[in-house]
Amino acid sequence: MGYPHPSHPKETPILSRHFGEPEARSFDGWVRRGGYEGLRKALGMSREEIIEQVKASGLRGRGGAGFPTGLKWSFMPKEVTRPHYMVCNADESEPGTFKDREIMRWTPHQLIEGCAIASYAIGAERCYIYIRGEFTDPWQIMSRAVAEAYAKGALGNNVFGSGTRIDMVLHRGAGAYICGEETAMLNSIEGRRGNPRIKPPYPPVAGVFGMPTTINNVETLAAVPHILVRGADWYKGLCLGNPKSTGTKLISICGHVQRPGNYEVTMGTPLKEILYDLAGGPPPGRTFKAVIPGGSSVPIMTRAEAEEALFDYEGIVAKGSMLGSAGMIVMDDSTDMVYQIWRLARFYAHESCAQCTQCREGTAWTTRVLERILSGKGKQDDFQLLLDLSDNMTGKTICVLSDSCAAPVVSGIQKFREEFEAYMEGAREPAMAVV
Amino acid sequence: MSGGGGHGTQTAPHEPVFVGETRAELDRLFTQYPTKQACLLPALWMVQQARGWISDPAISEVAQVLGLTPAYVKGVVTFYTMYHTHPVGRHFIQVCTTTPCNICGAEDVVKAMLRETGCGELGATSPDGRFTVIEVECLGACGFATPILIDDDFIESVTPEKVSGILQRYP
Repeated sequence: MGYPHPSHPKETPILSRHFGEPEARSFDGWVRRGGYEGLRKALGMSREEIIEQVKASGLRGRGGAGFPTGLKWSFMPKEVTRPHYMVCNADESEPGTFKDREIMRWTPHQLIEGCAIASYAIGAERCYIYIRGEFTDPWQIMSRAVAEAYAKGALGNNVFGSGTRIDMVLHRGAGAYICGEETAMLNSIEGRRGNPRIKPPYPPVAGVFGMPTTINNVETLAAVPHILVRGADWYKGLCLGNPKSTGTKLISICGHVQRPGNYEVTMGTPLKEILYDLAGGPPPGRTFKAVIPGGSSVPIMTRAEAEEALFDYEGIVAKGSMLGSAGMIVMDDSTDMVYQIWRLARFYAHESCAQCTQCREGTAWTTRVLERILSGKGKQDDFQLLLDLSDNMTGKTICVLSDSCAAPVVSGIQKFREEFEAYMEGAREPAMAVV
Repeated sequence: MSGGGGHGTQTAPHEPVFVGETRAELDRLFTQYPTKQACLLPALWMVQQARGWISDPAISEVAQVLGLTPAYVKGVVTFYTMYHTHPVGRHFIQVCTTTPCNICGAEDVVKAMLRETGCGELGATSPDGRFTVIEVECLGACGFATPILIDDDFIESVTPEKVSGILQRYP
């Protein structure tokens, strides 16, 4: 549902159905809402059967990459000859994205149940849930819920009397966007700086503590209990015609809309309906100018592109961007695109772990060139300079942080070039002092 | 490591953090990870909880209890933005100004914060020692612009008009 707003008829609330109900936070409250049926069912199945069911559901990673979840789980060694680990990525930090926070705040047991099923399916010795340091409320709520799950037998040495052991530990981040990159997260759990690792080896071969590891996003794991209870066919059947994008997706909509919030829709819903019907359209008297549909790391869409797109992995790609985390930043005609692209570049420059030269230097230089333009000292040559920097930042580094910095810059120059030129030609007052 | 630190503020001898209940808590954490090193982030949180910031002598103590070197621990401390390596005001205020909040007026919230707290500039502590204000990158509550963190209190939908009323709750 569109928390904090009432559910809209065009939504399909499954994960978000109980947002806003404080009672759903308790173990008993969650059980009364059908909770832990998925885990009970899973404990009666073999590991392979669970993985096959998740594969068949078509569930794809909701953190941004969209990798098939069941396939990811199947990469783990069949035999458990050394410790396996499950890691839940709750480091939600992608600008525009605030869905995992609501899952943890309102339905902590939904996540714990999903983590428990995944832990069992991959034969994990322990599940670490990595929660970003700034999420103080979700941390408190999750801490209480994990303790309660242990007390009620949903976690521990003998889960629901099945003889299966499932352990869960919450690990608190300390302020670093890059720790949302899965291998940086593994380093952070190990007590290291959050530098992404060179791959291969991939986590199923050598993950946290060098052991086979599976990492999934909060929303992905929260969907798993529902798939176990209601079946893969039900989940697949939720999509509107594209069998590659199944199920529901939480969309965080923020910025210049009348009803910002989280909405849960079936894949394939027209983006225009999401922007106008669910989120209520732009503020009175304004029109949309741009939409960044998948968190700040994806190319900016113009209003026309956004209004023609279908909301699923392929539909957004067809209109020149990516679904990403479905954190949607909506900008109306009052927005200074150059200033906001600079603000994004500054974000990436601040968050670069500084391992790779292209990223460390590229994000900082991009920020400075944009500052020059904003201070009225930009030149036509700066377009090429920014594009060269962006080219150097794309596909050349250990992780995709610098690619993410390049995406809004390149798409911004392509689609809003006249706004940059207005600063260069003095048609627009400088937005900052000369640097 | 010699006392003092980069800011010259550490003069009293270092009282160990990991004694009594805090030490017992650390020992409990050791059972949840296969290595002691993995307890580094939690241990640093415990130091900051107890002392308000993480001094060089505290870094040495953490290194000692976890079997690491002070230089290594310092490298980790400085990577993460939430660990304070120098003293901050009694209340630490973080205002999100990343793009989604920025387009909804977050910079005006920052200005109001700096004015109402008396901090004057970002990162500085108010003359009465009560507040420190910083800008923070995306707090992950973009639909509730502008979110702020005061100590561990997460406050949503802050506007410049609400700032002085909020601050009254933090003596």
